Amino acid sequence: MELNELLYELKKKEEFELKVDVKPEMKLPAGLNKELIYEISAAKNEPAWMTEHRIKSFEIFEKWHEPNWGVERDELNLSKIVPYVKPNAKKTNNWEEVPQEIKVAFDKLGIPEAERKYLAGVGAQFDSEMIYKNIKEELKKLGIIFIDIETAVKEYPDLLKQYFMKLVPPTDNKYAALHGALWSGGTFLYVPKGVKVPLPLQSYFLFGNPGGGQFEHTVIIADEGSEVTYIEGCTAPKYDVVNLHVGTVEVYVNKGAKLKYLTMQNWSKNMFNLEIKRAIAEEDAVMTWVSGSFGSYKTMVYPATILKGDNSVSDNISISFAGPGQHIDTGSKVIHIGKNTRSTVDARSISIGGGWSFYRGLLKIGEKAENSKASVSCTGLMIDNKSKSDTVPIIEVLNANSDVGHEAKIGRIKDEQIFYLMSRGLSELEAKGLIVKGFIQPVVQELPFEYAIELNRLVDMEIESSIG
Amino acid sequence: MLLEVKDLYAKLSENEEEAEKMILKGVDLAIAPGEVHVIMGPNGSGKSTLANVIMGNPRYTVVSGDILFEGESILNLRTDERAQKGIMMTFQNPYEIEGVKLDQLLLTAYRKLHGEDKTFFQLDKEMKKLVDDVVLPHEFLERFVNLGFSGGERKKGEILQARFLRPKLLILDEIDSGLDVDALRIVASQINEIKKEGTSLLIITHYARILNYLDVDKVHVYVSGKVAMTGDKNLAYEVEETGYAIVNGENGVSDLSKDSSK
Repeated sequence: MELNELLYELKKKEEFELKVDVKPEMKLPAGLNKELIYEISAAKNEPAWMTEHRIKSFEIFEKWHEPNWGVERDELNLSKIVPYVKPNAKKTNNWEEVPQEIKVAFDKLGIPEAERKYLAGVGAQFDSEMIYKNIKEELKKLGIIFIDIETAVKEYPDLLKQYFMKLVPPTDNKYAALHGALWSGGTFLYVPKGVKVPLPLQSYFLFGNPGGGQFEHTVIIADEGSEVTYIEGCTAPKYDVVNLHVGTVEVYVNKGAKLKYLTMQNWSKNMFNLEIKRAIAEEDAVMTWVSGSFGSYKTMVYPATILKGDNSVSDNISISFAGPGQHIDTGSKVIHIGKNTRSTVDARSISIGGGWSFYRGLLKIGEKAENSKASVSCTGLMIDNKSKSDTVPIIEVLNANSDVGHEAKIGRIKDEQIFYLMSRGLSELEAKGLIVKGFIQPVVQELPFEYAIELNRLVDMEIESSIG
Repeated sequence: MLLEVKDLYAKLSENEEEAEKMILKGVDLAIAPGEVHVIMGPNGSGKSTLANVIMGNPRYTVVSGDILFEGESILNLRTDERAQKGIMMTFQNPYEIEGVKLDQLLLTAYRKLHGEDKTFFQLDKEMKKLVDDVVLPHEFLERFVNLGFSGGERKKGEILQARFLRPKLLILDEIDSGLDVDALRIVASQINEIKKEGTSLLIITHYARILNYLDVDKVHVYVSGKVAMTGDKNLAYEVEETGYAIVNGENGVSDLSKDSSK
């Protein structure tokens, strides 16, 4: 029990000590209207094209209906969300210039240390703005651009315009439109032709305001033959009001490039996490999504890959963890368009203490995607009788010479298994932990070492707090 | 005494009705340190239930009587607490645990039971030697616990765990069933190794054949939820030859003396 006591302490620490008590420079009132959107745009000193984009998105938002599927969203009142909180911190590439209270929070999360040890570059967002962005000097010299979107709007408008909300247009759905109107912060990453980035780049999102919304936007372009791993991490202290996160990610993997996008989502359990993640892969490109969904109150996220180019590949590996009160609705979407395209989906979910995991997947092999090959595997593990697990995989194959495999399995940890392990001296907690860690091992081994440890630690904490 | 079972009555936990659903009906048993006891009995007589109740399986509820280990009642202890005290059982049909590798289970359990008294490298070496002893390849340790194991591999895996974890009392629930002659010889030699370490054994079986390889102190014939008769090795052979008819299950005791070892 010693280890678990320690983990419990750590969890308490994270929940209570992470609170960052800093007065924001600007906090716009709750409520959605055009005026407010003009204010956000003015606060960012944006050019007219971006202001127009926001206003147009807002008009689309007003016309869109709520999606009639996914998590229950009655408690989410968009008119009560504070859409823009500007931290009292200037953008910097030096941790020493980050305000002390905010730096302490990122220190606790281990970000500056991780940057020194094993990352090629780090971005840190607090509330609505990126406050820190830095990339190793030698990588900058290779032409890699790693900046926040606001800077990209000002410094690379022509490049950004080609990609920004082109893969996820505001017309896509109601929340894409909302995002188009309110987006703030996030990352613009461009990796030039043939550049192989030796270490991962990471952006970390921290939230410090009750009732606030975070709407960061990410655009990644891996140019021909390049390789890069990008990590997105997020966390927030728990507040007793609903918070909202509507992040959008657009990934462009050009000919022969390889991109791996890792997400470690650990939002606090009052967060509605509604994300849109989409990638397009050109000829011979390889796109990999690795996602861990642990936190949040309710989540909807379905990383998608469009296999446009011939011989392109998509792998989608995910683990979601639904504890007491959580509804984690995750999945994947793969659209095969090019010939000889390949895709795999390995989705694993765990529900414990009354949590609800829902897998939703779409695999579509188009008419022209001849000789394509796809496999979808979704597995749910329920730790007790109170918890729920569902899978809805949809598969459409529109040509005759493609090969599709599918497997869905939902299991429950059996009392006999627990008794067996306890007869070897393990406590109930340790027995469950061992089984769960074994279950998520295929995801863990995709992660950099430090994240694997973090993931295992999260599992211990989640099981510990769920069993009580 | 290491283990004392005193007039023990137990039933399935989910059964509300009392008397008629009782599976253990007044079991008495006493095992001294280092002793080897054998329990023989027909199918459905409650032998496995006895093992499970001693180990504390929540599927069963003790209605009356007591179980003492090293002089103290263990009835209120959880299964893992009983394991910490030095009780272990091997399973007739050990459960598959996908995702958990055998070596991972062995190391985790060892650290729980014995702490840091050996280094990882010592333990790793020991595990490999034990796999050699049961004539299996080292990759056996890398496999998920019992998943897709053959009948023989399961039993070898169980006895290997017992050797590695060094309990004070080891209950073997039908460790010999479903084994061919070679596997039986290997498993029996492991049991003898465990015995040499001073572990007490309670061997539950249908057949006397495993006794060809083992020295035993006492044989109990177990019928209808209790020990009907106790003797030496010869009692086991006698039962095998004439069947359990030598004891009259329903009325407890036959015309043979109750304890032929006396």
